[in-house]
Amino acid sequence: MAKRVLLIEDEPNIIEAISFILSRDGWTVHTHSDGETANARIRATPPDVIILDVMLPGKSGYDILRDLREDVGTAHLPVLMLTARGQTRDRELATRLGATRFMTKPFSNAEVLETVRALADQ
Amino acid sequence: MDRRLKQADLAAAVGISASYLNLIEHDRRRIGGKVLNDLARVLGVEPAQLSDGAEGVLLDRLRGAVASRLTGTVDLGRAEDFATRFPGWAALVVDAEDRIALLEARVAALTDRLAHDPKLASSLHEVISAVTSIRATSSILVNSENIDRDWQGRFHRNIYDDSQRLTEASRALTTFLEAPTQQGAAGLSPLDEAEGFLAGLGFHVPALEGADPALTPQAAAQAATGPRSLAARDILTAHLIRYRADAVALPLDRFAPAARAARYDPALLATEFAVPLAQVLRRLAHLPDDDGHPPMGLVLCDGAGGIRMVKEAAGFTLPRGGTACPLWPLFAALSQPGQPIRAEVALPGAPVRRFLCYAVAGVEGPLSFDAPGLVSSVMLVLPDARLPGLAAAQPRPVGLACRVCPRPDCAARREPSILDTAPA
Repeated sequence: MAKRVLLIEDEPNIIEAISFILSRDGWTVHTHSDGETANARIRATPPDVIILDVMLPGKSGYDILRDLREDVGTAHLPVLMLTARGQTRDRELATRLGATRFMTKPFSNAEVLETVRALADQ
Repeated sequence: MDRRLKQADLAAAVGISASYLNLIEHDRRRIGGKVLNDLARVLGVEPAQLSDGAEGVLLDRLRGAVASRLTGTVDLGRAEDFATRFPGWAALVVDAEDRIALLEARVAALTDRLAHDPKLASSLHEVISAVTSIRATSSILVNSENIDRDWQGRFHRNIYDDSQRLTEASRALTTFLEAPTQQGAAGLSPLDEAEGFLAGLGFHVPALEGADPALTPQAAAQAATGPRSLAARDILTAHLIRYRADAVALPLDRFAPAARAARYDPALLATEFAVPLAQVLRRLAHLPDDDGHPPMGLVLCDGAGGIRMVKEAAGFTLPRGGTACPLWPLFAALSQPGQPIRAEVALPGAPVRRFLCYAVAGVEGPLSFDAPGLVSSVMLVLPDARLPGLAAAQPRPVGLACRVCPRPDCAARREPSILDTAPA
């Protein structure tokens, strides 16, 4: 069965591009664009890997990550954090909150693909 | 009884002004002789006590100033000796320290504002999101084989949409970086304050119009809400005095219909009213914007190119502080005072923003054989207008400022751009 990735991102064209490259690689890609309901979605159907943007409507990616790690049902899930800012403090914050990997926008497709594969194999 | 009243009473009792007493209290004026004795008498203390007190305050502040900048080469123990022997220099050190502290606070406030400004954050987020999308999508098109035509079409459309987004976001970013900050925000220059007030009125001041105006220019400047600093009020007063002179020479009830009839041609209007062209340019820009007139921008600068006033209009602005692009006709006019310049110009970007500019420079103030005349320049800017009969002409390329201008081979470039320079 194909492994599932949940892409939590609100930019439609970025969603389309990432979905395309992951689907071609054999992943089943689910997408979610609302920060407020993201944790409920993850709890309902936990994916194998989560790609999480920071700037989301309703709730930031950092808050989603914090709640995700505090929930025993979702605490173990690997999370690739996407952010528009690559400053050290953002990376530290993401790491402190429990991000498994951290990637700065704009990213390369190959990098995303390799990282998602690596996270699924962990 | 509040402190201010006490101070006023004390000043009156000694026969000095409250503001002078304030300077003495804050150790900005040294006292002695009669004033010192009178103050001591009214306060019921020994004159030496007051004198020592003032020196004590100065000494304390001097020690604080030196300590905060201590580099190891200053002998702090000799501060008292220094303050006693050179009280004026000591006061200067203290004042300089106050000034440094104020400037440091201002720099910190501006840095903080830049880091947390929601408009800037939003524009940057838009730029990065669009770039991310374009990179990811174009990479798919370049690196993937056998993409069906539907997906190809979709990705091409996405790239196009994102490029549009990127254009808008970068434009918003440029406007943010170059436009004056909002009225009342920290760090406004006096010019920003004065412009902010005038912009609130659409650069039209009804109280200064007509044969019997409601206010004098000075009173209008004093009554203005917004400008807080003395320098801003001085700038505003000077501008309003000129405004009133223009309103007298070109009465609104005659000038507005004449401007419409002349299709806002400054040369025709200058001839019709027999006034200098510069006066017509200024008056056109100060017509009421709710009367069906087209939006018109205005810039005034001095002989060194220093911006003295900017009226923004429909996409037109110029940076203050000496960083403006020198290719605008405003600056070209400075080299040929009295010679009007009319030019169609275009800013970089897509779609290209065109402006029709009328500029003229002249000598201001009374002429003297013993001093050079003060040259200044004025430029009227009509957004989206075309030179009559020359619609196909290539407009002159101009920019806002080098650091936000993408033109790669500009002979006028004085500093590198923060944008990727590509043919515009």
